[in-house]
Amino acid sequence: MKTNAHFISTLRPGAAALLLGSLLAFPAIAAEGPGTTPPKGPMAKGVDPEIVGEEKAVLTSPPLVPPPITRKTPTKLVVNLEVIEKVKRMADGVDYLFWTFGGDVPGSFIRVRQGDLIEFHLGNNPANKMPHNIDLHAVTGPGGGAASSFTAPGHQSQFSFKALNPGLYVYHCATAPVGMHVANGMYGLILVEPKEGLPKVDHEYYVMQGDFYTAGAFGEEGLQSFDQAKAVNEQPSYVVFNGAVGSLVGDRALKAKVNETVRLYVGNGGPNLSSSFHVIGEIFDQVYQEGGTIPTQKNVQTTIVPPGGSAIVEFKTDVPGTYIIVDHALFRAFNKGALGMLKVEGPENLLAYSGKEVDETYLGSAGMSQDSKVAELEQQKKEAIKADPKIAGLSKDILMEKGKRVFSQTCFACHQMTGEGIPGVFPPLAKSDFLMADKSRAITAIIKGLSGPIKVNDKDFNGVMPPVAINDEQVAQVLTYVRNEWGNTGDIVTVDEVRKVRAEGAH
Amino acid sequence: MRKSVFISLAAALLGAAALGGSELMPVPAGIYLPLFRGENDLKEIPVARFLLASTAVTNGEFLDFVRANPQWQRSRVKRLFADDGYLQQWSGDTELGSRCTAAQPVTWVSWFAAKAYAAWKGGRLPTTAEWELAAGIGFTREDGAKEPEFKQAIARWYASPSPATLPAAGTGRANLHGLRDLHGLIWEWTSDFNSAIVTGDARGDTGLERQLFCGAGSLGAKDTSNFPAFMRFGFRSSLKASYTVHNLGFRYAKDP
Repeated sequence: MKTNAHFISTLRPGAAALLLGSLLAFPAIAAEGPGTTPPKGPMAKGVDPEIVGEEKAVLTSPPLVPPPITRKTPTKLVVNLEVIEKVKRMADGVDYLFWTFGGDVPGSFIRVRQGDLIEFHLGNNPANKMPHNIDLHAVTGPGGGAASSFTAPGHQSQFSFKALNPGLYVYHCATAPVGMHVANGMYGLILVEPKEGLPKVDHEYYVMQGDFYTAGAFGEEGLQSFDQAKAVNEQPSYVVFNGAVGSLVGDRALKAKVNETVRLYVGNGGPNLSSSFHVIGEIFDQVYQEGGTIPTQKNVQTTIVPPGGSAIVEFKTDVPGTYIIVDHALFRAFNKGALGMLKVEGPENLLAYSGKEVDETYLGSAGMSQDSKVAELEQQKKEAIKADPKIAGLSKDILMEKGKRVFSQTCFACHQMTGEGIPGVFPPLAKSDFLMADKSRAITAIIKGLSGPIKVNDKDFNGVMPPVAINDEQVAQVLTYVRNEWGNTGDIVTVDEVRKVRAEGAH
Repeated sequence: MRKSVFISLAAALLGAAALGGSELMPVPAGIYLPLFRGENDLKEIPVARFLLASTAVTNGEFLDFVRANPQWQRSRVKRLFADDGYLQQWSGDTELGSRCTAAQPVTWVSWFAAKAYAAWKGGRLPTTAEWELAAGIGFTREDGAKEPEFKQAIARWYASPSPATLPAAGTGRANLHGLRDLHGLIWEWTSDFNSAIVTGDARGDTGLERQLFCGAGSLGAKDTSNFPAFMRFGFRSSLKASYTVHNLGFRYAKDP
């Protein structure tokens, strides 16, 4: 009956826990002397004379951030956050049972003001399987609230804390096995705005990285389960921003206009990997390193965000375009999903960035002229064909394939994809005596155009074909294609033949 | 309405016929190594041979109990002994209704109610040591930790969401000693469910309490890689004796 003795102490409805919680969380306020009996329940913390009024906190789903706080006085701020275990998309075709704060990964963004008294309500959805709690790094007190918020499914816990220190803080579930709770998505950010507020910007966004450990490899479809061994070995299958591959891509990309200021609240839930947070093509004008309240560095390319840590980055957009957000540990971006986008719209700023000014062949600086390089390649090609005559045929296949592409971009509108043309208007290429009779004439028709009366397969045409603006390689490709398609049989048309015709015409 | 009642009844009959109800099965004596251990706790807890019900108690069985013991009916139970959620899946004090079946394990029951049921059956709730010892037995061998298929079956439950409708009790694969559903159906009450946290000594409380949270959860833990055991301990620790939860039920034990 030793076990029953334990229960007697718990039967007093949570008295010990409440007393303990209030003493730990409010050492300054609940300054009861030793020997006095502290009051029980919510009144134990006494009354904070600074607090004015009461508000319900606005919570937002990522990547959105609640509006800046304009209040000039601290208030009692009620935060209602619900833990929801739900199957969500990890990548296309890949589902995962995420454990979430508020239904999203990362969890709802919480914004409070320094000095606020936060009355925190943590609800654990009745359909959930697991107990959960919350450790807010913004809380001063053992466990960051975890000890006071441990909650069974279908129950709710309440605790209060004063936001003593401003800054951008991570919150997360701290129930054992904590790594698993975090690896399943249980983290988010809470911003404690300094009393004076933060400088005004045009856009604020919420981006949080996390690593995930699925039984299947990256991209393996179906409902994936948590893989403990991968998690312990710190070998994630996914490293993503905002809880899923592609959560900040395409229509879901972050948006801004040229000449606007952007502030990103960047967090890292981990549980294992530090983020080398980088926006390709942007320089952070300033970074509040580690989520502190002083801009600690200007002109930063990449800032490191550790698991359970944060950073605030700010920059002004100068040039329109799409800016890729990555963890610059690049295999995570390329192979594991750590990739987002910021789309900046507005007029070009060519002085800041010109776009591509030159695009030409570069043959290296080995001192070889272009002609001799080409001659050498040609020689190699001849030798290769000599060694294996099938290669010659292969090169025709390649020409055909490329020619088809040219045809379907440039020629098909008149001559049709079937090569039949349109009777009386555009002559046919399919089984065309006119086309096949004279290779040079066909080349000329493309590079210089063709007009006036002609007879094709005994039918008269009298129209105008303008010169087609394609290069010599493309002329060779498309003519090889049309002369060997739709029942036509001919040899290949070489670039040399095209060049020759072009040179003759120049005289 | 009539139809769904009929289906529930049919399911109940089928379940009973197919499963033959719960039986008390002997569990051999063994040594339980507690997951969490304070300085003054035993390193090894010897567990004597005991009897454990092969399946969790069902709605149908619990209905018999509340009929015989009206003080445990939904409208009569004292709030001190069961919170507002008590038997909320039933349609009335002595009717199951259409939202549950007689063959499903009974959930939304408090520790007090579970304890009373076990006593009514002439038994008791298993201790955590007994329950964990029984739950460690594999499908085909005594030590489930050495049986990959058994471990995978456990992990699968944690990776899948709660089903909208619970399966009937006794449908899980039996372990070596004929016990079913210790994993993969519901959580289960134990007699000393919260002793890992509350010892009655405030200083000890904080020490133990902090062990469960964050990285400190691994301090004093016997086997940090046994995640399911952590989750069970976590779950038990989140409870109070009056709590009821949608996926928390129980089975009873008996001394031989």
